[in-house]
Amino acid sequence: MTDAAVPGGPAAWAAGGDGVAAAAVWPVLVAPMVLAVFGYGAAAGTAVLRRHVSGVAAVGGLVAPARETVRLLVTQRRTVPGADALLWRLGGAIVPVAAVLAVLVIPVGGRAVSDLSVGVVWFNAMEVLVWAGLWLAGWGANSVWGMAGGYRFLVQGLSYELPHMFALTTAALGAGSLRVSEIVAAQQEQVWFAVVMPVALAVYLVSALAMAFWGPFDQAVGRDIAGGVTAELSGVDLLLARAGRYLLLAAVAAMAVPLFLGGGAGPWLSGWAWSLVKAAVVLALLVWAGHRLPTVRMDRFTEVGWVVLLPATLLQALLVACLILLGWG
Amino acid sequence: MFAVCAVCAVAAGAAVFWVDSMARATFALLASFVFTGVVILLIELSYLGVLVILMMTMEMLVMVVFMVMYMMNPAGLMPMTMVHNNRVALVISGGTFVALVAGIEVVPWPARGGEPPPLPAAELGAAVMESHMLVMMVVAMALFATMVASVVLATDRGRYDRYGDGLDRRVPDDPIRGGVGR
Repeated sequence: MTDAAVPGGPAAWAAGGDGVAAAAVWPVLVAPMVLAVFGYGAAAGTAVLRRHVSGVAAVGGLVAPARETVRLLVTQRRTVPGADALLWRLGGAIVPVAAVLAVLVIPVGGRAVSDLSVGVVWFNAMEVLVWAGLWLAGWGANSVWGMAGGYRFLVQGLSYELPHMFALTTAALGAGSLRVSEIVAAQQEQVWFAVVMPVALAVYLVSALAMAFWGPFDQAVGRDIAGGVTAELSGVDLLLARAGRYLLLAAVAAMAVPLFLGGGAGPWLSGWAWSLVKAAVVLALLVWAGHRLPTVRMDRFTEVGWVVLLPATLLQALLVACLILLGWG
Repeated sequence: MFAVCAVCAVAAGAAVFWVDSMARATFALLASFVFTGVVILLIELSYLGVLVILMMTMEMLVMVVFMVMYMMNPAGLMPMTMVHNNRVALVISGGTFVALVAGIEVVPWPARGGEPPPLPAAELGAAVMESHMLVMMVVAMALFATMVASVVLATDRGRYDRYGDGLDRRVPDDPIRGGVGR
């Protein structure tokens, strides 16, 4: 194992300080657009699935997100007496911003907007910003539903975050680097990490659903509390929160590709095409799972997270560490 | 960029004591930490900088729950203030500042001998994991024991409450049912 292959090791540290400014300008513009297309796809897919269930012509779901966007854009936004407007508006806006910042480190066909030496940690930090977004949006509205939803999401966050971090750590451990491009390179030399660390991939996907407060982890915006965090949001604020949720779902789905599914590796097609195809497949899986599975109460899920998922990811990390010591990689 | 972030960090830190809501105070503190994280990023400590942002976001979100719960502003219904006992506090903080600055100015700092190693992080890791391993393990055990002990002391339900006086209940009697069937 070379010096550079120590997780978070000296090479990763020494190479620090690479910033967004170093990259060319156009990926900065393209990445959010690609993310927006994926987010729209997720929203349209959801609309199609819902229409299919309720027996309406499902094809109409393809334009439903666009129609809903226009409707929300022209809607006068409500206000609530005693609302903390600053925190409230800020909360809804943080969600899409965090999603866009998170995708900056995801390589598509070997190119990321900014291939940070600590890309995995950056991704994690940006997704944790969503905690702040949801709590603020719930709190600021001065509504009991919003506040209950915000607190629900914090409980959920404390349940999924540690298993999620260990799943990320396991992928970084396998490659010996926190740099996302090196994680991809390690899989191209050896084998996709989905094969050696299936538990980590499974936990990652579960926590991806929880992070994007997508079903079955959608209690923060649950119907039983009148929409929870989004209960009092309207107009453009509601648009930001909803769109942010789909963008977030797309971002975490896309990150599964470089972490576990070999990045742009694959026959016939070029690297960027494979990256996008795999991301679309993972996203479709998440959308479908969220549509099919019944909502899980987070007080139940907390125990699952700490008693089942956390030990499982620790064992997975131990197994990968042993494999590395035995000379794999 | 550095100066902007530094000023913003200090300003957000001051805002903690300016605002009249615990939620705003907590998130002003979070903003201050995030600006500090960016400053750390700018001095090319990328891991540390991103980690500050990550950990502080999580920490402040946990903290806000407890702050709102315990402090004088339950549910944000009435304005509160973060400053109390102003006169004494001013004297103490001013005195501390003067003492620290005097310390910095008066102490004859030794000149630097030698050069920093090429990989300071690796050196630090080696020091912690090799020669000071025993100390670190004892510290870790003490911290862990403290955590377990404080949880045991804080909880009002023990195993006899959960499993009955003879500890013979198969399924524990918990106020909230968990997700793995217990």
